[in-house]
Amino acid sequence: MLTLDGISKIYRVGTFGGTDLRAVQEVSFGVATGEVVSLIGESGSGKTTIGRMILRLTPATHGTITFDGVDVARLPRKDYYRRVQGVFQDPFSSYNPIFKADHVFGMIRSVYFTAMPEDEWTRRVEGSLQAVGLDPGQVLHKYPHQLSGGQLQRLLIARALLLDIRLLVADEIISMLDASTRIDVLNLLGDLKARGLGILFITHDLSLGYYASQRTVILSHGRIVEMGATEKVYRNPLHPYTRMLIASVPHLHEKWSQVEAELSGLEPPLAGRCVYHAMHGEASNRTGADGIPAGLVEAEEDHFVACFRPYLEGAC
Amino acid sequence: MSVHVEAPRGTPGAHGPGPEAVARPGEPVAPGPAAVRQRREVLYFAMRDRRIILGAAVVLFFVLMSIIGPLLDPTDPQAFVGPTGQAPNADFWFGTTTFGQDVFAQFVFGLQATFLVGLLGGGLAAIVGITIGFVAGYRGGVVDEVLSMITNVVLVIPTLAVLVVIAAFLSARGVIIEAAFVGLTSWPWAARAVRAQTFSLRSREFVDLARLSGLSSWRIIFREIAPNMGSYLFMTFILLFGGAILIAATLDFIGLGPTDGISLGLMMNNAVLWSALQLGLWWWFIPPGLGITAIVGALYVMNVGLDEIFNPKLRDM
Amino acid sequence: MSLQVTDLRVYYRTLAGDVKALDGVTFAIADGEIMGLAGESGCGKSTLGKSLTHFDSRMRYIGGEALLDGAPLPVMDSAAMDEFRFKAVSIIPQYAMSAMNPTRKIGRMTADLLRSRGVNAAAMRPEIERRLELVGLERSVLDRYPIELSGGMKQRMVMVISTLLDPSLLIADEITSALDVSTQKAVAETLVGFRDRKLVRSMMVITHDMSILSQIADTITVMYAGKLAEKAPTDRIIGEPSHPYTRLLISSLPEVGVRYADRRLSGIPGSPPPLLDPPVGCRFRMRCPLASAACEQEPPFVQVGQDHSVACWNAE
Repeated sequence: MLTLDGISKIYRVGTFGGTDLRAVQEVSFGVATGEVVSLIGESGSGKTTIGRMILRLTPATHGTITFDGVDVARLPRKDYYRRVQGVFQDPFSSYNPIFKADHVFGMIRSVYFTAMPEDEWTRRVEGSLQAVGLDPGQVLHKYPHQLSGGQLQRLLIARALLLDIRLLVADEIISMLDASTRIDVLNLLGDLKARGLGILFITHDLSLGYYASQRTVILSHGRIVEMGATEKVYRNPLHPYTRMLIASVPHLHEKWSQVEAELSGLEPPLAGRCVYHAMHGEASNRTGADGIPAGLVEAEEDHFVACFRPYLEGAC
Repeated sequence: MSVHVEAPRGTPGAHGPGPEAVARPGEPVAPGPAAVRQRREVLYFAMRDRRIILGAAVVLFFVLMSIIGPLLDPTDPQAFVGPTGQAPNADFWFGTTTFGQDVFAQFVFGLQATFLVGLLGGGLAAIVGITIGFVAGYRGGVVDEVLSMITNVVLVIPTLAVLVVIAAFLSARGVIIEAAFVGLTSWPWAARAVRAQTFSLRSREFVDLARLSGLSSWRIIFREIAPNMGSYLFMTFILLFGGAILIAATLDFIGLGPTDGISLGLMMNNAVLWSALQLGLWWWFIPPGLGITAIVGALYVMNVGLDEIFNPKLRDM
Repeated sequence: MSLQVTDLRVYYRTLAGDVKALDGVTFAIADGEIMGLAGESGCGKSTLGKSLTHFDSRMRYIGGEALLDGAPLPVMDSAAMDEFRFKAVSIIPQYAMSAMNPTRKIGRMTADLLRSRGVNAAAMRPEIERRLELVGLERSVLDRYPIELSGGMKQRMVMVISTLLDPSLLIADEITSALDVSTQKAVAETLVGFRDRKLVRSMMVITHDMSILSQIADTITVMYAGKLAEKAPTDRIIGEPSHPYTRLLISSLPEVGVRYADRRLSGIPGSPPPLLDPPVGCRFRMRCPLASAACEQEPPFVQVGQDHSVACWNAE
């Protein structure tokens, strides 16, 4: 459904724009219909930039994004936003504080449903709210500061559902919520996926990614280092960066030392061996500006990994 | 990187105010009940706020005075009609100047001119400055650089020198010309202020959400961003209004004002020029001084009240 | 060192009345113990931490007392607390790493701080350098500005500064929240290192992230709506929590190993009560699956096992 092909985002910074800041480099992956893909990265990895490029809030410098085979840059925005919507991290910043919370519905109505009669619109809104588990009586006609973070995020999802979207870009949507409400919103995403919605779940939290997604993309400094079926990436991490991430996640029931012991027992042992080069070889490799080869190899079915540079000394 | 903390509930944010949602254009149906209810709510709170009522009352008082006053006392403000330097009495309610002019007549006619210049000049400066500020702040990039350059150039132009040159080419000048000039030269600081606010609001996620809803840039600026700055914009206008009055007074004083006119500012300048203070002719400068202060002060007080109206969060406290 | 807190009550004054942020907490921290203080937003954990050093002038002390090593800790009196701050009790406030003066070099800022406490900064320099090495920072950090350091480096710098005078009790408020997962691990391990090297005697680690606490804390105290819900050794509270809130909270946390498709987690419906006018009786009553008539009376925080206290009539 959604495909990114060789997407890069390069900012010109410095005096007179002399230096290049490569926020995203040669990223290619896809989201199929009814699939949750988690995009995992730490700060500065470029994950939010990718989300914004997919939502056309910022243009890509290189590469193409296609939706159902059509280059999105060529689609009229209004039509595109009928299919693809986004929800962001800070619920309190996503709402214009001077308007009531349902103003976000009003905006959609004024662009897409201008001719719809009032009662049909009300039915549609209530249907959307119920689909996200909100009681219309409790959330309509209230100001954003009168609602909780969880309710606000769900309201934003309801807004997106008003439009019959096929893809939702969820950028860190639960990181600012309390633990007890996080899981409810996460379960909501699972329910929506079961109904056929594709979701790009952007997060830094590996446990959330594992819980919610079928496929995982691991991002570091703007490039994909590992990607594939979630089970495979987590159970058998190949890239040293992925292993480092997984080793750092604090678990409730396992100490860090135990996790590290498990990881070091994994195959293939990392000592001095870059899987990428073992399978790919040096020849005809497209390299990025930093000398690191672009592209991924398929280490096993539905499990791809990039070159281990610069995370492993002398591996290549 | 995400920050894992939630602000304690009930903390007021530093969000700006704005008017209620207006009916959406292009909609064949009448404004929905939500919009009407919101408008009524603003009016409800507005009627009950003492500051707004007081401020509005003062301004209204002076406006009425400027309309009714000349009807009550149609004397030519410039004519020498009475004994010089007389204190307020039954014939001359505000006394006379050192030349025997009717101070009350000067005051009420002056009020008219003052309001006119303030409104036109301040209004023009507000429109130009605010629009440029919005566009520069919202678009950023090259557009912003060009507009900022223009703003800075106009800011540093020595307006007086330019005016002298212009005045040399115009045989007769009216209040309109004066207002136009004031308006076209005093907008830069408003543009800078609005630009800065727009920048900060533009990076908020609700603007992204508005873009994702398919709204056009102009609509986002005027329906989402501007209302958030409603009080700020009104304050900008107030300051431009007051500034216009004062600039006009200076122009009047050096003879570059309307070729035939009187204003509160000019009254004050004349009073100072002719040593009214030393001579004890308080009735010459106190009325115009109080007038300007009262009008601008009342507008300010209104603005403080309006801030609470426009910002629902402050209301809850 | 030992800390004994008895029935501490701290309210915030607001225009609308008193917010009962901390409403009668009693607990103790033993020598060498790292106590984790967990809870969701608004539960009072930050207030508790700050109240022990009288950190926030908006607080109103209503009652209770604190004893440090048997001697009274004058938490009611800001001026009297001055003697204890930084020397006996030290706090790393939330957002501390963003609070460093951006126009001051770090070494200069540290020297100013020490001088304000009546300590000879020049004499302490070798000790400062030794500690920087301990946490993995270079000496040159002292000659840099805060903006030149990464988040993790700033956090470790703040930790060094706060523990320079070897306080008996260190209170750390959300020090891992804004960090990447790999840095979080480093910072958390540094914290434990301070205790192990006896630079600090005991610690109170405040965070909403239970999994970090499960890695580094000896005991965990869970708070809810201004009161203590449960306190127990880490393994006990994570493995077999007694208080229904703790149970629900822990079971709502996604872990690597748990997937939506396999086992749906659930959150806690509802939200915490407003603290301006809290309900009578147990504050968790409205959301508790075990609530009974007895809960209309507030349950006391009583010991139910070795080092294990719970405030619940129906605790198992």
